[in-house]
Amino acid sequence: MTSTATAPPSSVERSKDPAGAPVRRPPRRIAFGHRLSRWDLKLSPYLYISPFFILFLVVGLFPIAYTAVISFMDWDLVRNSGTFIGFDQYVYVLTQPKFWIALRNTFSIFLLSSIPQLILAIFIAAMLDQNIRAKTFWRMGVLLPYVMAPVAVALIFSNMFGDKYGLVNTTLADLGIPPIPWHSDAFASHIAIATMVNFRWTGYNTLILLAAMQAIPRDYYEAAAIDGASKFRQFRAITVPSLRPTLIFVIITSTIGGLQIFDEPRMYDQFGTGGADSQWLTITLYLYDIGWGQWNFGRAAALAWILFLIILAIGIVNLLVTQKVVRDEGRRDAGSRRERRAAAASARRRRHDHGEPTLDTQEAAR
Amino acid sequence: MKLSRRTRATAAVAGAASIAIIAAGCSPAASGSEDGEVELTVATFNDFGYTDELLQEYMDENPNVTVVQNTAATSNDARANYFQKLGKKGLADVEAIEVDWLPEVMQYSDLLAEVPSDVSDRWLDWKVDAATDADGRLIGYGTDVGPEGVCYRSDLLAAAGLPTDREEVAALLEGDWAKYFEVGTQYTAATGKAWFDSAGSTYQGMINQVEAAYEDPDSGELIATDNAEVEDVYNTVLDASATQSAHLGQWSDDWFAGVANGAYATMLCPGWMLGVISGNAEGVTGWDVANVFPNGGGNWGGSYLTVPANGANVEEAQKLADWLTAPEQQIKAFVNAGTFPSQNEAYTDEALTGFVNEYFNDAPVGEIFTDRAKAVTVAPFKGEFYFQVNDAMQKALTRVEDGTQDKQASWDQWVSEVDAIG
Repeated sequence: MTSTATAPPSSVERSKDPAGAPVRRPPRRIAFGHRLSRWDLKLSPYLYISPFFILFLVVGLFPIAYTAVISFMDWDLVRNSGTFIGFDQYVYVLTQPKFWIALRNTFSIFLLSSIPQLILAIFIAAMLDQNIRAKTFWRMGVLLPYVMAPVAVALIFSNMFGDKYGLVNTTLADLGIPPIPWHSDAFASHIAIATMVNFRWTGYNTLILLAAMQAIPRDYYEAAAIDGASKFRQFRAITVPSLRPTLIFVIITSTIGGLQIFDEPRMYDQFGTGGADSQWLTITLYLYDIGWGQWNFGRAAALAWILFLIILAIGIVNLLVTQKVVRDEGRRDAGSRRERRAAAASARRRRHDHGEPTLDTQEAAR
Repeated sequence: MKLSRRTRATAAVAGAASIAIIAAGCSPAASGSEDGEVELTVATFNDFGYTDELLQEYMDENPNVTVVQNTAATSNDARANYFQKLGKKGLADVEAIEVDWLPEVMQYSDLLAEVPSDVSDRWLDWKVDAATDADGRLIGYGTDVGPEGVCYRSDLLAAAGLPTDREEVAALLEGDWAKYFEVGTQYTAATGKAWFDSAGSTYQGMINQVEAAYEDPDSGELIATDNAEVEDVYNTVLDASATQSAHLGQWSDDWFAGVANGAYATMLCPGWMLGVISGNAEGVTGWDVANVFPNGGGNWGGSYLTVPANGANVEEAQKLADWLTAPEQQIKAFVNAGTFPSQNEAYTDEALTGFVNEYFNDAPVGEIFTDRAKAVTVAPFKGEFYFQVNDAMQKALTRVEDGTQDKQASWDQWVSEVDAIG
């Protein structure tokens, strides 16, 4: 701040000198001002973003580290003390059958929610991207479930999925279909919970994908239409490849969210402990039960770290897979990034040699 | 766990009421000043029946004291708050606790102020025993208890050709559990319908009559899986439930629907359950309550007031807790909120014994539950692991009831789960 305040007067002073002869000023001050403005240039950006990182340090990094410390202890919450016991808590968690069931359930619910959700979101976004009447109405409409509190959604859906007197089963009975044991069959309970997640998050992802779709230059579609490509072909060859960066974002956020799923399974029955046979016990639900049901924070901390490592691993796998599966924007041929870069460079060189207009000048001419 | 779910019925009301109170009560723990002015905070949950008028009475008697009540919506919220702050700062001067998590509190009894010995004969013996630690220190001022009777649908019993008058029903069910299930067999044979709501809630009534079910009272060691009494109760209730249970897990949405639509004829019924029934089965006229409980007496639920030892005004807080749990005040609380007194003297008071419940066809519930409270003889030992073991057991019973596993497989899984505890 100081440097920007002192620097301008000195330059004004200099320009005021009519003879053009340099005015003698204490060189120290110039040097200091210089130094300040150099610091300003180098340090200010960090200063401006520092509030986030300081806050993150206090409320993010410190708890994470402290959790790691507690995870190696037999911790007494009330007396605020613990004894160091090494990896015992990790060993305990990993040898519990419940942990592996919880892991299975978490992934099952995650896949059952994320995959249909993304497919549906892309489809709805593509519909909303067309010229339809009352655009804002439809767009707000898909976001409406997202506005509802997850617990409220879970309460309503749990009631609908009641085993004996729930709306879904009574409707099925009216149609002559035998009732589905929503609370005793593991897979049925996963579907019910995934339904809640999909209800809430499809609209959110739709809007993000819609924003990405609208950023795709319309020229592509015009060109494709002139070439005789059908709507579906346009969607497959232009829309989906162009969504790549957004899809990576959406997939990673829904992975993190999916692996941390808590509200819906917690509210799914009256106890919130994942069912009599752990049918819908998820990792976070298990963690909560260990921490706040049994007050065993050492064990809960160990489980929290295991979950963190799992999410990290899945995140990396996710990134690699998405990069492979979803093709880059507008690119039709296969080939590595390096090949592409080399091809682009040689193309530039060719244009330059032949005096053809480069991409930049084309852009400027338009 | 189970008891805390009674909050469902009252949570909405309590929640709405508590927002205003919490807003006022959030100030840091009370502080004394030099001129003797003291502000005391009382933290309760659900509805303890401590109205503003009742607290004002105390303030009128003690002009130097201001009492502020801070009400949590559910017992679970109160439990989380209690253990996060116990031994540190931030708890109220007087904190209410529930018997469900009393065993956990007892592990930290040294952090709580002792109840003066001159008032300890105020309560029922078993109420005092449960809150007395190994060193003989009583740390809880008893408020209410949940003596259990049997609630029944007189219209459904009539359809099965059974007596409907509450005295005749009491005579019919008088006896042990075998008698209760025998009448159940008669009922299901006559109607083809369910006799009781679920194996889990019936088990709860039975296991609360076993003195040392899961842990050894002397050593605190887990004995649950080798305890023949537990296995016996488990087998008895599941054999009966195969034909007599409606298989509606207590507090589930289906169970609430069943309260209203007559899915079962009887259920075990602590005093506070009456409010749950009348609140969820409005317009149903058949519900009644009989002065009987299989195999003697049983208790389900109830609360205490505790005074954290590191509070700013321990002495004043003890005086307030003493006053609030005196028979006169507890009877007022009962009239306000239906919290049935745990104080011996209250049971002879006309205000209590003359109390009649209109919804249950004018049943003299004050008199009935006074008898039921006196019938309770056993204070089951509940140690450090009671909560977890019992929770696993409830799940084991549910697995059999919903057909996920057979009786033996479910028992084996429970055994392996209990072995992993600790």
